[in-house]
Amino acid sequence: MRVIQVQEPGLFTTVQDLGREGFGPLGVSASGAGDAISLRLGNRLVGNVEGAAGLEMTLLGGRFVFPEGALLVLTGSDFGATLDGEPVELWTAFEAKPGQTLRLGPTRSGARCYLCVRGGIAVKSFLGSASTHILSGLGGFDGRALRKGDVLDTGAANGLTRKRKLSARAVKTMEPRKVLRVTPGPQSLWFDEASHRLFYGSTYRVAEDSNRMGLRLEGVAIPMPPDGARQEETGRNACPTRGRGGMISEGVALGAIQVPEGGLPVILFVEQQTTGGYPKIANVISADFHSLGQLRPRDEIRFDRVDWETARDLLRQQEEFLASEEVILE
Amino acid sequence: MLVPLVAPCVRYTFAGMDTSLSQDARFQCASDQSLLVYFGQEITRHAHRQVMKLLRLLQLEPVAGIRNLHPAYCSLLVKFDAPRLRHEEVEAILERYLERLDEVILPEPRHVEIPVCYGREFGPDLADVCAIHGMTPARAIELHASAKYLVYFLGFVPGFAYLGELPTGLVTPRLATPRRRVARGSVGIAGNQTGVYPFATPGGWRLIGRTPIKMFLAEQDGLSLLSLGDRVRFTPISADRFAALEKE
Repeated sequence: MRVIQVQEPGLFTTVQDLGREGFGPLGVSASGAGDAISLRLGNRLVGNVEGAAGLEMTLLGGRFVFPEGALLVLTGSDFGATLDGEPVELWTAFEAKPGQTLRLGPTRSGARCYLCVRGGIAVKSFLGSASTHILSGLGGFDGRALRKGDVLDTGAANGLTRKRKLSARAVKTMEPRKVLRVTPGPQSLWFDEASHRLFYGSTYRVAEDSNRMGLRLEGVAIPMPPDGARQEETGRNACPTRGRGGMISEGVALGAIQVPEGGLPVILFVEQQTTGGYPKIANVISADFHSLGQLRPRDEIRFDRVDWETARDLLRQQEEFLASEEVILE
Repeated sequence: MLVPLVAPCVRYTFAGMDTSLSQDARFQCASDQSLLVYFGQEITRHAHRQVMKLLRLLQLEPVAGIRNLHPAYCSLLVKFDAPRLRHEEVEAILERYLERLDEVILPEPRHVEIPVCYGREFGPDLADVCAIHGMTPARAIELHASAKYLVYFLGFVPGFAYLGELPTGLVTPRLATPRRRVARGSVGIAGNQTGVYPFATPGGWRLIGRTPIKMFLAEQDGLSLLSLGDRVRFTPISADRFAALEKE
């Protein structure tokens, strides 16, 4: 079995695949790659199934050695990678010869860079997924971020596939957005028109303590809707989870934008809590999830409201484009 | 920018002429790939039973394209495959499940005892809770351990059970500023709820004790100690017993 030696783990590097769905009733969120599209494309570029496990590096990459060699690709953000000192192109499969060292540095673009290897990273599956769930210390490699000296197994794969690269058009199309498109959150009606104007008219900055659980935003605070006030106005149309004395905790969706006390929005991300007790003003659309995964602390973002039909069309178009022949070049 | 104040995706289902309350559910889009089903506007045992019944029926007869379910006090979040399914289609499917809730038989609740060492370093907020209510630690412990709690749902993090209801004498607001790290096994109270932190996480509940029991286990050991609908009782134990149980 081929292995990867971790000489330096980087700032925060975890094993991720597309996550584990179906365990919400246990309080287990799906987790999975923050930028799932980059992981999916990376896997295709080295001839894996889209959902194979790869390494997700955050802001600062690591140093890896491949004693038996490997077919590799880097996707997502540019971490200035070199292979034995030679620059490595993003989105293009390459071969590491036995003993060669892949070195990555600080990001030059977004938050996350993916290293995919032919055969995938082999770890013990937890609830059907290789994804690391940091908070609970489950899944992935020992339930934690990689450390210096770790040795990762890679999965079996027969021979090398042809080296593939992503088309220039695909790189351009998948470029992360800084204007995130959103649909109304389940409590959007609790917020008055002035609050909506503030939310959609303001630029927010991603806070330093953002992580895979959620992205905290800095900027204009959204006033909390007064308790119970709107319920009387709108009667049965009011959000039903507003009980006496405030919000009743309910299931929360990936990309939900909560407005907690203090009014600074929080976007729930892949390792999200499964339920929450804060009103949600909006929800990032699925077609923009990969953009969320590339947001760095101090990035400035805005929100653009779209209707349900548009959100659906954008996701359909994205999936159709990803499935089209013009994405991967042989 | 013009922001319409009426969300375009709010629909209702009203109970039919000859049907029971089981159909009194309401749908609301939560995101472009999820839908919330609400059973009423209050935490009631009835609403919670409806949640458990819908969850059970969806687990017994899974729907292709429904990927995840997040139950809570009186709602169920349903995550589905978008864009393959639309909200309307999921609603239509769920309507047929809702019509059958009366025939769902929930399993007999399990009764689970959780040993807790109260106070001191195990429950750093016990003294404050006592001060707020003007009671002795012994009385607070007696109250907390006297009730039989219902597991409303597991949420927040893996295996975190929302337990209700706390005896009225112990109802206490959560901390103004959450702790950055709560020790694993900590038993907290907030409002009229109580719960056990399965992992060291941030947390805003007031900590009154700690259990040596693991709340979330490996896959082969059944994962979460508690499930929806279980009944829970806390048993006070000494620090020595805590240490002994922790070693097991």
